[in-house]
This record gives sequence, structure tokens and C-alpha cells, in this order.
Amino acid sequence: MSTFGFTEEQNELRSTAARFLEEKSSSADVRRLMETSEGFDEATWKQIADLGWTGMAIPEEYGGVGFGFVELTVLMEEMGKKLFCAPYFSSVILATNAILNAGTEDQKKELLPGIADGTTRAALAFVEPSGKWEVDSAEVTANGGKISGTKSYVVDGATANLLIVSAKSGNGISLYVVDPDAEGVTRTALQTLDMTRKQAKIEFNNTPAKLLGEEGAGTAALQKTLEQAACLLSAEMVGGAQACLDASTTYAKERYQFGRPIGSFQAIKHKCANMLMEVEMARSAAYYAGWAAAEDPEELSLAASLAKAYCSDAFFHAAAENIQIHGGIGFTWEHDAHLYFRRAKSDEIYLGDATYHRELVAQKLGV
Amino acid sequence: MRWTIEDTPERAAFREQVRGWLRENLPAGWADAIESGDADKLDQARKSWDFFGWSRTIGMSGYGAPLWPKEYGGLSGEPWMQNITREELARYRLPTVGLNILGVGLAGPTLIAHGNEEQKKRYLQKILTSEEVWCQLFSEPGSGSDLASAGARATRSNGEYIINGQKVWTSIAQMSHFGMLLARTDPDVPKHDGLSYFIVDMKSPGVDIRPLKQITGSSEFNEVYFNDVRIPAENLVGVEGDGWRVARTTLMNERVALSGLSLDSAAFAGGTRKDPWALFVDSIPNREDGRVRQFIAKSYVEKEVKEITQFRANMARMSGAQPGPEGGVTKVYNAEFNKWRSNGIMNANGPAAVAWDHGDSDSENRAHAFLRARANSIEGGTSEILRTQMGERILGLPREPEVDKGIPWKEIKRS
Repeated sequence: MSTFGFTEEQNELRSTAARFLEEKSSSADVRRLMETSEGFDEATWKQIADLGWTGMAIPEEYGGVGFGFVELTVLMEEMGKKLFCAPYFSSVILATNAILNAGTEDQKKELLPGIADGTTRAALAFVEPSGKWEVDSAEVTANGGKISGTKSYVVDGATANLLIVSAKSGNGISLYVVDPDAEGVTRTALQTLDMTRKQAKIEFNNTPAKLLGEEGAGTAALQKTLEQAACLLSAEMVGGAQACLDASTTYAKERYQFGRPIGSFQAIKHKCANMLMEVEMARSAAYYAGWAAAEDPEELSLAASLAKAYCSDAFFHAAAENIQIHGGIGFTWEHDAHLYFRRAKSDEIYLGDATYHRELVAQKLGV
Repeated sequence: MRWTIEDTPERAAFREQVRGWLRENLPAGWADAIESGDADKLDQARKSWDFFGWSRTIGMSGYGAPLWPKEYGGLSGEPWMQNITREELARYRLPTVGLNILGVGLAGPTLIAHGNEEQKKRYLQKILTSEEVWCQLFSEPGSGSDLASAGARATRSNGEYIINGQKVWTSIAQMSHFGMLLARTDPDVPKHDGLSYFIVDMKSPGVDIRPLKQITGSSEFNEVYFNDVRIPAENLVGVEGDGWRVARTTLMNERVALSGLSLDSAAFAGGTRKDPWALFVDSIPNREDGRVRQFIAKSYVEKEVKEITQFRANMARMSGAQPGPEGGVTKVYNAEFNKWRSNGIMNANGPAAVAWDHGDSDSENRAHAFLRARANSIEGGTSEILRTQMGERILGLPREPEVDKGIPWKEIKRS
């Protein structure tokens, strides 16, 4: 049931990605990287740049491969399966789309080739300590080419070498390009529930900042960026949920109690069947969202909230059931079940949880 | 469907062909009314509509079952042709399945897969035109989920089979001409090996149909009693003792047919003027209440993912002819969704959901839908049985130990 309008090339991309990640993002790799402060491997990052993944959806005139959201959907799903540790979501999804949505022609030409070839790892600083997802909630101020205030929950914010920051001025919300090594920047790594994806708090004190695009146009550009990101985060969640289902199914066949595999008991079998059902439905939601992001700007906003709402619940449920089906071993640090459970909760909350997005769905439907 | 995929030239040409046929064959003004979005004009055209005449017209055209072989009334088409035909029927506000839903959806595919040439020639075309309506005679009071334990007896005698026993949960038995009957020809072998599949003429002497009053108060289903009913041997489908394999084709197709049904498509087939989603939203009071908004939005999300999944399943099925166990995924989801939503509609309406003025048809319909939805996770395979099948046939989980395995049917403990 997993063919939904993918071309042969896209299916080929999926199998290439799966093979690469199988080799480069084993459980041992993930566990090694999650214990480091950078949280990713430079050599592997270079390799995915060479494969074209970092420039996948960047147009060719800005140094990219020129594909789009469907290809990103494929990659995010495969990365989600293997908890791939890399600043991909932050740089290639969030920051890249912010630049594409807000930047001038010259700025795109200046900033995007570096992201495409992997030398730039950009991060999007749009949330603040208030934890509000609304794009116009920014309290960081911009004045005379300088910004001041505090951003938080910035994915890969401590390791990025380019920052895109939302801030307000007299003309509303705008996006700014900031060099993280500029004066007045203080970056503090946060302790994260999901150790495979790092976050940081970033304080700006009269830090020089270059306007990205037009002043006051940040709300619309950022809104669109977050909707695109919600579509792709949904694809990542589908991959994670699928990995949980696979792990549960495999274990249910191998684990014997009462003289038979636990998967022969209906209690376990039905849990797995429910996971299968929800994973398939989540996949539908994420593919639809990826399609909308690629093809239908009018549909994007609703599709993004729909997918984020459904996939958030589905992944969390799959990750929770995966622990339960594994029983005692599922509660150990040594088993990977908790890594998916942590990722599931982190993804569920990031960009707004299911309840938040259902309210958006109601609004977008005019209810 | 906003996520439809753009037609290839071949598909676009076929779609145009279906539209052309509809324009020629619908009552005057109908196609214009649809194409110009004129609801009053459509109502006007609908008044002169002869449903039975229409059933014959579409049944003779091939569009009633594009997948069926041409010689039996289909188009010998590819699965995508069926999808396009259904999309166009829906677009022109026509029922995608008519009165003979069990004939077209279940009996036809079963006969095509397992029937002999004479049977295909005799029955298939008249199924498509609804001239002969079919019902399904599978469940028994003692054999529900464990259908393979069915006990209605078929005894061979002088080129005939004599049927005795009772079937239950038979829809449209009174108006049916024929039934698909699963009966036991050999009680001395294990349960799966002693069944045979028959075509039974519902007007045969000894067939006794009694309506069964259900929890809604109405009677959609019947009990059907067989007292020495004689069936000619030529009505055996497949070979004697192979009935379970034949029945599984019927069951797989049933799951696919049921997974597409919902409150929405029922409203759609009835030709309501407002779109079903708007009707649903309108039926919910207090839409500024946060809890109600969550309910409405969740209904939308679940409805959409279900429809997209059905769409994906259709696309995947385009390569294979017979539906597999994945039909269970959408069937269970649809059942649980209908139960959840009809229950939520009750709660959103508060006391008005449980007490109303006599004759208030909105309230009556709401209560009926709420009660009727309980059957969704029982009929056509309970959600529990289907989850077991999903686990075993899709995920490959091991089967439960079977206590009746290898034991002659007559020695199995039964209710």
C-alpha cells in the first residue's frame, strides 16, 4: 500500500537512501553521536551533501539539485526510520525554506549554494522562551541593523554556522541573517529529551543582523516555512512510526512466553494491527502533505495541519506501544525503544502538537 | 478529491468517453445541471429519473463493472478504468453502487473467479442490470466469526443437493432472486474441507425468510430458514468440498465494498444538494466550544486520511485483480471511525440527542445513525477478526494454536 504517486526516480531515491542510512545510521552510530555535543558526524554530512541531499529541493540556479518536496518527503521518512543524526531538518528544511520564501534574488544566490554543498549549516531561530508557535509572537527586537533578545528551542542552534532569526521592528515581523560568531551572540545548548536532535537557546545583544527580504514581510514567509516544515516533519514521524511497528513485529515473532511467540496472542497481535493501521493512515496524511507542499500552494496550510495532527498522535502511540510490546527489555537504556519514544514526543510537540493543529484545522475550514 | 493524480492522455480519453456516455444516457438536463452547477435544474431532472431503467442502461453499457470481462457485461478493463468510472458517476451525482450491491460487489467477482462458463453466461449480465438481485447466505446463529464452522447441510441426492439449516444477517433477502450459499457437504472432515458453495434460487420451495428486528428498531436483515430446499447440482460453484476457498473470494471483496461505505457516501448517493461535510458541520451546535472544535477537526482529519488511504489502496490494487488482506485495514478503520463520529455527534448535541419532539426527523436520523454504527465493526468480519488477519497475513505474526485443527467438523464443540 505504499505507492502513492511516486515516480521511479523517487522510488530509486528511497532505496538509495535506505541503503545509505542502514550503513551510516546504525543504532551504534546514533548512540555515539547523541552523546556528543555536536550531535552529527562531519564525514557523513559531507557524504550526504555529495549525494545531493542537502541541495535536494534548492533550485539549480542557487546551486541545488532542483527537486522538490516529494523528494524531501521520501528522505525525511527514511531518515526518521533510522533516527539519522544530522542538522538536516534545521538547515535543509527550516532555514532553506525560510530563505527561499523570504530572501531576495541576490540573497538566495549568496546563501543557498553553501547550504546545498553542505558547507553552510543554517538554523532557524523563530521560537522564544515563551514557547509559542505563532510566528508573530516574536519579542526579539530589531533596530538599526541590530537585534536584541532571546530565542530558544533552536534546532541545531549551537552548531549552525548561519542563523536566520525572526524579530520585530516598527514595521512588524521580519527575518534576519545573523552570523553566529558576531558580537553579542551567546549560544547555550539545552538538555533535550530527544538526544538525537540538539536544541539551543540563543541570546542576542545588539547583534548585527542583515534583513532577509523585505522588512515586515516575515510573518507570511515564516508562516509558509513552518507549514512546509510541518509537512516534512510528518514524513519523519511516519518513518519513526514504521520503525516502531517493524521492531514490535519482529520482537513479537521472536519472543517466546508460555511456549509460544507472544505475537500469537491476540493482545499483542491486535496492538500490532492497530499500529499498522495508524502507520498506513499517517503515511497517507504525510504523502498528501508532501504532495500539497510540492503542487498546491492553496492546499498547503490545511494539509500541513492535518498531517501534523494525525502523524503526531500516530508516532507517539506507535512508540509507546513499542515499549509495551517489548516489556522489560523495552524499558532498558540498552534497547532503542526509548530513543524512538523520545523522538516521538519531541516531534509531536515541535511546531505544535495534535490538539494545537486540530484547532488550526477547524479555523482553516471556517468552522 | 483534491489529491487526484493528473490523467495520462489514455486516461483522460477514457474519462471523456465516460462523460460522453453519461451525457447521452442521462435524463434531459441532468448533465447540463451538473456541469453548470445548477442544483434546481438537477432536482428537476431527477424527478423524471427511472432508477430501475437506469440500472439496466448502465448494466448493459460495461460501465457498471469495468473490470469484468467484456463477454459478461464488463469492459475487460484495467483497475484505473473502474476508478475513473466511479469518479465520474460520483461527479454526476449518481450512485456508484446500485441496488444490487451484493451481486455486483460480491457474487460477480466470485463467479468470475470460480464459476464455470455456463454460470458466468447465465448470471453475470443480469447481475449488472439489477434484473436479478443477489443476497449472501453465509452467517449462522452458531457460526459468526468462525464462519468455516457453518453447519447448514447440503446432502447430495439424485443430481440435486437438499439443503437444511438456518442462515442469519441476510440483507435484502426478500427482494433477492439468488443467494450465495455456503453449506456443509461433508461433516466427517475438518471444518474447512467439508464446505461447498452454491447458487440458490430464493423462490425455491422451503426457503423461509423472516425479517430480524435490530437495535435500531428497523429490519435491514433477515433470518433465512432452509427446509429440504432442492438445488440442482449445476448450481455448485467450484467443486464440492472447495467452498471455503470460493467463499474467501467473496469475503475479500466484501471487505473492500464495506470499507468504502460511510455516512458521507450514503448522503452522496442520495443526491443531497449540500456537500456531506457541510451537512455534518451544520448538524453540530456550539461550534465555538473548544471541545466541539476538536471533535469537528478530528472528524475531518480522520475522514481525510481514510479517504486518502482508500485512494492509495486503489492505486496499489491497480496491478492486481483480487483484493488482498489490506482491505481489512480500511474496513476496520472505517468501522471504528463511524462509531466514534456518530457517538461524538450525539454528545455534541447534548440532551437533544436523547429526547426530541415526535416527528423530528433530524433527531431520529441522528439516533438511528448512532445505533446503526454499532454494526459496522461486526458485519463483514468483526474488527477483532480483521485485526487478527492483519497481524497474520500482512505482518506475518504467528497464528494462535487452533483447538479444532484436523478434527472432523462433527466432533467440534459448537454453540
